[in-house]
Amino acid sequence: MRYSALKILKEGLTGNKGWKPVWREPDPKPEYDVIIVGGGGHGLSTAYYLAKEFRGKNIAVLEKGWLGSGNIGRNTTIIRSNYLLEGNQPFYELSLKLWEGLEQDFNYNAMVSQRGILNLIHSDPQRDAFVRRGNAMRLSGADAEIFGREEIQKMCPFLDYENARFPIQGAIWQPRGGTVRHDAVAWGYARGADALGVDIIQNCEVTGFQIENGVCKGVETSKGAIRAKKVAVCVAGSSSRVMEKAGMRLPIESHVLQAFVTEGLKPVIPGVITFGAGHFYVSQSDKGGLVFGGDIDGYNTYAQRGNLPVVEDVCEGGMAIMPMIGRARLLRMWGGIMDMSMDGSPFIDKTHIDGLYFNGGWCYGGFKATPASGYCYAHLLATDTPHKTAEAYRLDRFRRGAPIDEKGQGAQPNLH
Amino acid sequence: MTQSHRIDGGQIDRSRSLKFEWNGKKMAGHPGDTLASALIANGVQLVGRSFKYHRPRGIFSAGSEEPNALVQLRKGAAQEPNTRATTVELFEGLAATSQNHRGSLEWDLMAANDLLARFLSAGFYYKTFMWPKAFWEKLYEPVIRASAGLGNLSGQADPDSYDHGYLHCDLLIIGAGPAGLAAALAAGRSGARVILADEDFVMGGRLNAETHEVDGQPGADWAAAAIAELSAMDNVRLMTRTTVYGSYDHGIYGALERVTDHLADAAGKPRQVLWRLYTQRALLTAGATERSIGFGNNDRPGIMLAGAVRAYVNRFGAAPGRRVAVFTNNEDGLRTAEDLKAKGIEVAAVVDARKGEYVLNTVGRRGLKSITLSTGPTIPIDCLAVSGGWSPNVHLTCHHRGRPVWRDDIAGFVPGEGLPPGMTVAGAANGAMTLAAALNKAHEAGASLASALGAKGNAGDAPTGSDENFDATPFWYVADSKPRAWVDLQNDVTSKDVKQSHQEGFRAVEHLKRYTTLGMATDQGKTSNILGLAIMAEASGKTIPETGTTIFRPPYNPVAVGAFAGRARGKEFRPTRLTPSHHWAKENGADFVETGMWLRAQWFKRSGEKGWRDSVDREAAAVRKSVGICDVTTLGKIDIQGRDAAEFLNRIYSNPFLKLPVGKVRYGLMLREDGVAYDDGTTARLTETHFVMTTTTANAVTVFRNMEFARQCLWPDLDVHLISTTDGWAQFAVAGPNSRALLQKVVDDLDLSNDAFPFMACTECTVFGGTPARLFRISFSGELAYEVAVPARYGDAMMRGLMAAGEEFDAVPYGTEALGVLRIEKGHAAGNELNGQTSAQNLGLGGMVSQKKDAIGTKLSTRPEMNRDDDLRLVGFRPKDKSILLTAGAHFLNPGDPEDMAHDQGWMTSVAYSPELGHSVGLGYLKQGSERMGETVRAYSPVRNQDILVEVCSVHHIDPEGVRQRG
Amino acid sequence: MIIPHPLLGPRDAAEFVYKGDASLINRPDGMTASDDEMHDYAYLRDNPAGEHRELWYHEQGDRSWLVVTRNTMTHDITYVELARDVARASGRSR
Repeated sequence: MRYSALKILKEGLTGNKGWKPVWREPDPKPEYDVIIVGGGGHGLSTAYYLAKEFRGKNIAVLEKGWLGSGNIGRNTTIIRSNYLLEGNQPFYELSLKLWEGLEQDFNYNAMVSQRGILNLIHSDPQRDAFVRRGNAMRLSGADAEIFGREEIQKMCPFLDYENARFPIQGAIWQPRGGTVRHDAVAWGYARGADALGVDIIQNCEVTGFQIENGVCKGVETSKGAIRAKKVAVCVAGSSSRVMEKAGMRLPIESHVLQAFVTEGLKPVIPGVITFGAGHFYVSQSDKGGLVFGGDIDGYNTYAQRGNLPVVEDVCEGGMAIMPMIGRARLLRMWGGIMDMSMDGSPFIDKTHIDGLYFNGGWCYGGFKATPASGYCYAHLLATDTPHKTAEAYRLDRFRRGAPIDEKGQGAQPNLH
Repeated sequence: MTQSHRIDGGQIDRSRSLKFEWNGKKMAGHPGDTLASALIANGVQLVGRSFKYHRPRGIFSAGSEEPNALVQLRKGAAQEPNTRATTVELFEGLAATSQNHRGSLEWDLMAANDLLARFLSAGFYYKTFMWPKAFWEKLYEPVIRASAGLGNLSGQADPDSYDHGYLHCDLLIIGAGPAGLAAALAAGRSGARVILADEDFVMGGRLNAETHEVDGQPGADWAAAAIAELSAMDNVRLMTRTTVYGSYDHGIYGALERVTDHLADAAGKPRQVLWRLYTQRALLTAGATERSIGFGNNDRPGIMLAGAVRAYVNRFGAAPGRRVAVFTNNEDGLRTAEDLKAKGIEVAAVVDARKGEYVLNTVGRRGLKSITLSTGPTIPIDCLAVSGGWSPNVHLTCHHRGRPVWRDDIAGFVPGEGLPPGMTVAGAANGAMTLAAALNKAHEAGASLASALGAKGNAGDAPTGSDENFDATPFWYVADSKPRAWVDLQNDVTSKDVKQSHQEGFRAVEHLKRYTTLGMATDQGKTSNILGLAIMAEASGKTIPETGTTIFRPPYNPVAVGAFAGRARGKEFRPTRLTPSHHWAKENGADFVETGMWLRAQWFKRSGEKGWRDSVDREAAAVRKSVGICDVTTLGKIDIQGRDAAEFLNRIYSNPFLKLPVGKVRYGLMLREDGVAYDDGTTARLTETHFVMTTTTANAVTVFRNMEFARQCLWPDLDVHLISTTDGWAQFAVAGPNSRALLQKVVDDLDLSNDAFPFMACTECTVFGGTPARLFRISFSGELAYEVAVPARYGDAMMRGLMAAGEEFDAVPYGTEALGVLRIEKGHAAGNELNGQTSAQNLGLGGMVSQKKDAIGTKLSTRPEMNRDDDLRLVGFRPKDKSILLTAGAHFLNPGDPEDMAHDQGWMTSVAYSPELGHSVGLGYLKQGSERMGETVRAYSPVRNQDILVEVCSVHHIDPEGVRQRG
Repeated sequence: MIIPHPLLGPRDAAEFVYKGDASLINRPDGMTASDDEMHDYAYLRDNPAGEHRELWYHEQGDRSWLVVTRNTMTHDITYVELARDVARASGRSR
């Protein structure tokens, strides 16, 4: 079923009786060419691109809960490609380009909204680092500008320019950054993949891998065993728990990142704003809620809930930089479990077990990567070679001494 | 305006009148009123507009579950959007306006959306607005954003203050309705330390809204007596206007007290206090929330929850209507009719769904005019009281991901597995739906918890209340209703939307919520979630528990961002650390700069200097010419003592430290365990077993932390002890050709000649006739230079003394900018070079890393990719055209190469104008840089609109042989 | 969270800094360890869903490093030791 304004008109006039399920609810087949473990954003986009761009047939996505119940369902919806390092920048730029054509591609309005992202600068060394980053972005074909105070003041008159503990000295601005309606991304990919014949199987938990003579031949699930030529794990947040079933230890810790939404408000914030001298970033959703977050809680957890010190820390950051939000009320807060990797960067790679592939380690930046992650993972699954923008995301990079450490914090996940 | 709907009775103080303004109209109410009850008393029915269709809406509830009556409270910077009129206490001069409409509340232009409703069904926006592509940001989205949202922020800084508080107790009781009061009496009498918190401004909960009796007296009177008894107990703290909003780990609860929200003027007090409650046990007695029934046009102003109608009539003496009907599926609805009659209000009809009679439709756009029944008649009324049963308030039981379980007998979810450890639930919140049961169970819980906590007193007898009939037959919505039936009033989710969600495959509860926005409004679905779930269950042919439940997260009710931030805002956002010479610097024209938590002097402006460059150039030149003084206290300082101190340092630093002689200083390079360069500084050996280390300002805290880790966890039996002395010693760099002459005047009995105290010497000494000091001959500027440290309390005096002693040499103070100029000229790495991504090899210090010992990071620094011959090396740069100023952050390209990352050669890390050389100089990382001296490369900085040619040179722009610092 | 410090009693977790898995105590000797051993020590983690022994540093307190046994599903803390004792018990000395 193709969606359009005309279709809405027609359905509206006939009682909205003609809408069809957005995806089927199939039973699993005994065997697939490719099984994708994890029906979150990355798993669904992998299935979509594998079927669409690489003509994959006979693909299943297995999801333990409801589709989109992972971090695609709980994040702060920001897209951007303002990365510095060679291993990252081209990948995130590919992702941004895919976002830009996504809705027309899968015929679903995911509300990709490129209202820009503004990273505030508070010191000379930070400016030097942001100029370097902005130049790297421009060299990679991305967009970046450095702003002075006046330009920021014009765009965001509500920031504290008078009394800030860490005065605003400038900003780096990426006009093509923005936000996307996160759930709709999962639904759009699921709908697109389903239409291309992908079986999306909800409430189907993978409980083990069938590994025979060092080759992965399928998975055990809560709905029985399923054979597959290739098994592609894509379960960020639970990566260690799942890969442990294949006997693998990962360079990953699980941490909780809390996020916050206020009650709906009339538009006050133009794009995405990040305040680096505190832990705070914010945007405003189309419904009017201020969507914001900050630092991870900082301890290993799978509990999907955080604690008060970080809530306070984040709100302090908000009040420090935009004191007008004091009377906005925090409506919802939640915690998502992040795969925090040892260098803050992800993995898209084969494993040492033939037929078993791994995608994870997205830290708190997985949402923006959803299209490129799926595209590059599909490329790897289809061709057995990494996509050129994802060549750096290898599992052996620490053995070689080639971390991709944007923050320069070393092998300590909670500092990334 | 007269209080046209004010009736007798209630807990309001009629002896005083409070004037207030609603949408500019002057009205009056009484102390004890909420804004909602005062509006009702004044005959106001229309108070707001819904989110999507902009339907006219009235007051729906009498509590914090309110979905409709959201107003903007107060004016100017204090304007507060989305405030529930039902929880606002009336105060003199209160001003409130309606929100979310274009034009007046009565004639909202956005109400056109309602006419298009058939095209705006669940998720319509996911299916359109995609063409042409560019129109989304330019047209569709701005229109959607402008019409969405609810109230307005003022755009100005919040003028109020907020505070944080911390309390400890044995037992926290959440909710002071009949159950909470009974439990508090039992626990309090037993002697336990109790906190009883309630969000209302009067305790008693439903007792104030009902006509029930407890222990033979009217419920409200019993509540008042209970409160009086509790108030007299030293071991009980009563907290009204306090919402316990969240349950956190290890018995910690978050609570928000609204301290001055009910006052016209805060009079210097904080507006709200965010309490952190540390509890041994918690008892949830949060009661239950009434829910609605779905029927045609069930959202009109005048349609209200039955319990709310009773609250307005009984507690507030305000009549929501003159001619009222009741639509109910349970006995509570019938009590509404009785209470209304008792107040002399006409009850036009009681429609009992259990008898197979329903309300099919209603009429009255800005206020209810009539209802049509399934039995045929149309009945003119101005208020309809609806009761779809009560849902236990299980919210806090879910905050640790506990899942409620369904109970058919009460048609509601009750607490299930996974309660927060230490939490017990009693009363209606636990499914004890009658007053008698609630009082009994809660008293029992209070007594047994107190006893478990070691309280020995007598809990007394449980109060007795009526064991009223609670016959609830599930009835969710009227299937025969043709017009839309609202489920979520605020977000305009109708029963048809829920069914469409099912039709399109969004059947999981979370999909339903996310696709239709059910329960996502400011009321978090308190009155609507179960109804939506029931309709989905019916569409799926499943039971409600099979369909699922949504669990709740904090906060129970929305909490102002300002309250979470507390006092940490403005300059108080983070502590400010001042250097020992701060006051002197301030007196002498310093401009300060934030360096982490520190404020440091950036430069000292002198009269006649036009811009910062004039000051900085002067200061840097003065150091090279004569002598300058800089406060370097902010460098991390760590005192290291013990028989194994040298061995310990040898494992911390990548270069050797075992053989550092007493009286000498050595430069040290620290690696992280992953082999990347981490921190550098100097360490002085004062005695065989005593070392003093300096770290960079930025890493002072973490270096100490990591050294403690190594000491306690890696080598626990090394005899070594560490103390951070960053704040203990004031330290000053004295740099320049005349530094020796200056310091010779300052130190007591110490020969500073080059032979007696050579480069990299150190000693303990005294200055100015006996003040203890430490002297180090080290140089960051490349000049003859020293650093001298005195206990921090002498820091101010030391700065003044050094300046006085330096007067004959024209000594200048210099700030962080000149410090930077001098170190860039000299080619010393600092934060921009040591950015956590670079190796010793990159820094050109690869030779320092000893392979003969096991120091932190040595092993992993040998990995192949970190030792590539074609890797980056730190080198110096100068512009080919000397008049051009270099830009830090510029990337290097070989001339003729295309501008892309594939041809990237590195980047400029630091730049400065060198007054000594008369042109700009830079440091930067360049691929194979050390082999490219004299080459020309492009320094390309598109974000700075700069593209210039630079020459690769030594990092040592001045004195590459180090003659000056050794002189 | 509240961490029961073995010397100081219950302390708010905000006084502490978290480092990670207590296996970080078991640092191999860099002179004798293989590349793989050092890599695994520095980079690989069990990251269990359940009981986790982990390092916390009482930075705003007595500067003790602690080994806290905490459940990563529930945050329940069942045991707290001085890291120095744990290190010694596992054979670490000088």
